[in-house]
Amino acid sequence: MKEFRIPMPARYGINLALIAMFLITGNGVMTSGMLSRAQGAIVIEVGIFIILAVSLNVVAGYLGQLPLGHAGFMAVGAYSAAIFWRSDVLSGVPSIIGGLLVAGLMAAIFGIIIGIPALRLKGDYLAIITLGFGEIIRVVIINLPQITGGTPGLLNIPRHTNFLLLYVCVIITCAVIHMMMKSRHGRAILSLRENEIAAESCGVKTTYYKVMAFSLSAFFAGVAGAFYAGTLGMLTPGPFNFMKSINILVMVVLGGMGSMMGSVIAASILTALPLLMQGLNDYRLIIYALMLIIVMIFKPSGLMGTYDFSLSRILEKAGNWMMTRGDKKGGVA
Amino acid sequence: MLLFAQLVNGLQLGSIYALIALGYSMVYGIIKLLNFAHGDVIMVGGYISLMIIATGTHPMVAVVMAVVGCALLAVMIYRLAYVPQGPTAPRLSLLIAAIGVSMLLQNLAQLIFSANIHSFPANDIIPMVIYSVGGVNISLASIMTIVSAVSSMAGLTLLVHKTKTGQAMLAVSEDTGAAQLMGVNVRSIVTFTFAIGAGLAGIGSILYCVRFPIVSPMMGALPGLKAFVAAVLGGIGSIPGAMIGGFAIGLFEALVNSAGLSTWTDGIVFAILIVVLLVRPTGFMGPSMAEKV
Repeated sequence: MKEFRIPMPARYGINLALIAMFLITGNGVMTSGMLSRAQGAIVIEVGIFIILAVSLNVVAGYLGQLPLGHAGFMAVGAYSAAIFWRSDVLSGVPSIIGGLLVAGLMAAIFGIIIGIPALRLKGDYLAIITLGFGEIIRVVIINLPQITGGTPGLLNIPRHTNFLLLYVCVIITCAVIHMMMKSRHGRAILSLRENEIAAESCGVKTTYYKVMAFSLSAFFAGVAGAFYAGTLGMLTPGPFNFMKSINILVMVVLGGMGSMMGSVIAASILTALPLLMQGLNDYRLIIYALMLIIVMIFKPSGLMGTYDFSLSRILEKAGNWMMTRGDKKGGVA
Repeated sequence: MLLFAQLVNGLQLGSIYALIALGYSMVYGIIKLLNFAHGDVIMVGGYISLMIIATGTHPMVAVVMAVVGCALLAVMIYRLAYVPQGPTAPRLSLLIAAIGVSMLLQNLAQLIFSANIHSFPANDIIPMVIYSVGGVNISLASIMTIVSAVSSMAGLTLLVHKTKTGQAMLAVSEDTGAAQLMGVNVRSIVTFTFAIGAGLAGIGSILYCVRFPIVSPMMGALPGLKAFVAAVLGGIGSIPGAMIGGFAIGLFEALVNSAGLSTWTDGIVFAILIVVLLVRPTGFMGPSMAEKV
């Protein structure tokens, strides 16, 4: 019996239709005033954290390393975008897009600069060195008041973040990383996770692909930083600390390392949790911490493991099931 | 003269970092876990001694109770958060559990004691006396800190090298499987290691509170991170390495501060860490890594 398969163009069609539906309804809800100010802010924050978690997943999940300095790249992006937007080099839409690109590129450049020395090390040592770089970026920001405003921070940053722009970027991030991981470059990165020595002896350029994964991850962290700057309208170095990096890592691990859908779900739930548990304000973070420990005891591979969601695949399965049922009926008759 | 004063200051800070770093290093040496909850054990030690001093008992009782309390807490953390994950748990899930424990302790402290800063009665533990040595003022607190830290470390060294339990600790950290086959009860040795590491951190927490006399739910994060850097610098997993690393970080900090670059301190500490890791990836005293292909 021939298996039911949805042809490729139709798969793209299904995905595009879903995305369009999501963006239009989301935008409608956000602009209609159905959500309170706080709820709207949470929706924006969820989007920013989805970009951060999905981008961290490239290094943590697919490359199999443990970076602890993601907040540093976010800070580089946030400050680059803020400085770009405040300088009024461009105006209107080109300025907004330009700021996002500048943020991503600056973060990616830092990713390469940090990645080349850091990736000589492995495992825990790599984790520690990224932690060190993340903290150094913050200390440098504090100590360059002429450029970054120092401890009091930068004020009057144009508030360019809105639902449509942010979630279009969320989707671009997911799509780019998804396509990247399905390409031969992505396969090379995965092979490094599985067995570095074997991969190297098959001709995979280890340093090249590690730095590539690292800078790709940094690029999107920078874009997320730009959105962060564009939401608050002001920036201080304080929030870009070690705990921020840890929070992002927690999302990735809780969702399941190497599962993009896991990262998206964990980022959404953990960011929206404060809103959902408003009644238990004092106990909120205690529950959060207990949840982390309990998930690690009972489901250490994360909520999703390495499972990734595909609507087309589910439709195909449903189709197959319908067809086999049809065949059986035919046999009886 | 100023340099000498800074040297004493650096040794004081360094001995505190070294005491805390030992806990990180010993636990890493045995179960390869970066125990992020270790910094918050310091905070708990601070609150325990604060509460006991407030009841008016003798300060030495507070010191002993803080040390015992920290040790018990670490054993509880090990038994409740790490053991249930089983012996083959992936290291990353242990790490995330450690982060969870750290957040739990911080937020419990915040719930019980509020987020406010409490001032610590440092004078009750070590009276404020200043000696003048050749024109340089040295406080009794500095001397007591260095002496008590160095003697704790000497005690630890004796414990590790002269007792059977200490030998078992070394054996487990070298090869857990082989140690188990030789009849070492691995779980109780790891429990003991957690207790010793946290007990030293308890001493460290009181000395830290004497140096910086405030107690708050978040106070453990900074010394924890610094001590962690110290442990890595000295070679994580190595006991003498943690001591050397601690003193090195303390002295670096004092020197950077005396050069008037205090806002750069944390950055420079991390920069040194990075340079050391790049030149010698396993730290000063760590084992050299040979890779089998």
